[in-house]
Amino acid sequence: MAKKESGSGEFEREPVPDSALKGPGKFWGMYAGEHAAGTEFMIGPLFLGAGASLQDLVLGLLLGNALAVLTWRYLVVPIAIAKRMTLYYQLERIAGGSLVKLYNLVNGLLFCFLAGAMVTVSASAIGIPFGIFYSVPSDTFAFGELSFTVLVIVVGAVMAVIAAAGYETVARVANIAAPWMIAIFAACGLISLGQMEVNSFSALTEGKFWNDAIAFVQEKEGPQEFGFWQIVVFAWLCNGAMHFGMADLSIFRFARHRSSGWAPAIGMFLGHYMAWIAAALMLAAQIKLSQDHAANPGALAWGALGWTGILCVVIAGWTTANPTIYRAGLAFQGILPKQSRVAMTLAAGAVATLAGAFPNLSAQLLGFVGTYGTILGPMGAVVFVDYHLMKKFGLADEYAARALTNFNLAVFVAWLLPVAVGLYLIFWQGVFAAFLVIPCWIACGILYVVMSKVTQQPVSETSEIKGGLA
Amino acid sequence: MILVLKILSLVALVITILPSLLYVNSILSLDTLKWLSLAGTLVWFVVTPLWMGRTLGPDSDQVRI
Repeated sequence: MAKKESGSGEFEREPVPDSALKGPGKFWGMYAGEHAAGTEFMIGPLFLGAGASLQDLVLGLLLGNALAVLTWRYLVVPIAIAKRMTLYYQLERIAGGSLVKLYNLVNGLLFCFLAGAMVTVSASAIGIPFGIFYSVPSDTFAFGELSFTVLVIVVGAVMAVIAAAGYETVARVANIAAPWMIAIFAACGLISLGQMEVNSFSALTEGKFWNDAIAFVQEKEGPQEFGFWQIVVFAWLCNGAMHFGMADLSIFRFARHRSSGWAPAIGMFLGHYMAWIAAALMLAAQIKLSQDHAANPGALAWGALGWTGILCVVIAGWTTANPTIYRAGLAFQGILPKQSRVAMTLAAGAVATLAGAFPNLSAQLLGFVGTYGTILGPMGAVVFVDYHLMKKFGLADEYAARALTNFNLAVFVAWLLPVAVGLYLIFWQGVFAAFLVIPCWIACGILYVVMSKVTQQPVSETSEIKGGLA
Repeated sequence: MILVLKILSLVALVITILPSLLYVNSILSLDTLKWLSLAGTLVWFVVTPLWMGRTLGPDSDQVRI
């Protein structure tokens, strides 16, 4: 029986029934507000700080976001509609409950980092009226000024307590705020152009304001380069965990038509195109007006729109951090089932707050987002191969459910090896993290087939897949 | 009634973004723009909850970047 709509927890362990399916319009509405989040205030300025040219940014984001939409449409939606199950339930049937708990734990820890960045973002805005500014120390694990650290603890504690109460109230606030936030992002971008006296199309296309800002940053920080293909790959894969990683199976399992798969386009082109460029313009304007290249979201928004900008940063950071802390708490509870969800959410909030107290971590969001996709994305290859290829190779799909095992070794090895190599290349060889999402995804898919050939025991093709797996 | 509220929300949204276009074209000062934007924001958050956001979709507990 269909319950009232409330998050992706509905029909968690069964296919979504026809009566609960939704038309494409619902998905366009959902995704419209999905990607104008607190992260956009951090990511946009980082492009400028990294030395991306305006032309590369405009064209690279266009191509990268288009590729992301195609990935949702042709990779995620066909499986979502065919199976109509959450990613977690599909993984449980393929990989076993214990492995899903491990995946969930890793996911939860990464969420804590992401939530930490959002705590930093919100604190940067709340600090403005109190004269508390955050500066980014050179060491990754170094605190900022004491006053900012105290503010982060207060903001993180409030966010954790609210997240412990559930996600519904904040999700409603997020729904209401989404159109307004998009308008504020656009307004901030326009105001920044005005502040830089870019009030003609020729001044915009000439891009002198942008080149001056890049030159200023590079004079202070040394030469840096963030080329066209880096932008394309980043824009494509910053949501790698959601499309290549199949996390959005949980959303698209409700889709009546495959055409719903085009809906992420509105989120991408509002949030990851307009909002990123607008946020980058805010930094360019700040550099021109005050010769300050610190990508402090609160200060940037204050400079553009005053109190409204501050409010936007706080709401954007809070509404992004809330589900993140909530889901991290659920992940931790999966590992420690005797602990209450409230206690685990508070623990997740504490970890996020600690992460938020290190300002340098949030300044590394470009790298983190790629790492996030590199770690979680490959599990999507397991789901893809299991659905499309296992039977063609004479192997059993959904093996854990058929063999009644809680731990599918083939999946574990297929996931672990590429991710280990990927992390080595990111942290020890300095490879740009987003470049590794697809190679790791492909390697994981191939390894899953090979390892399944080695490890699978014969199971009846018609084995009834049992419920009640861990 | 709902239609009136929706129109009010739309007006509030226009008030948050239109002044920035006027500012780019040097028709409006930045201070005036900021006050208009704050007014639009207040109206949006007072009026919009009256007609929007009563039900949550399957994306409401999902993490986004």
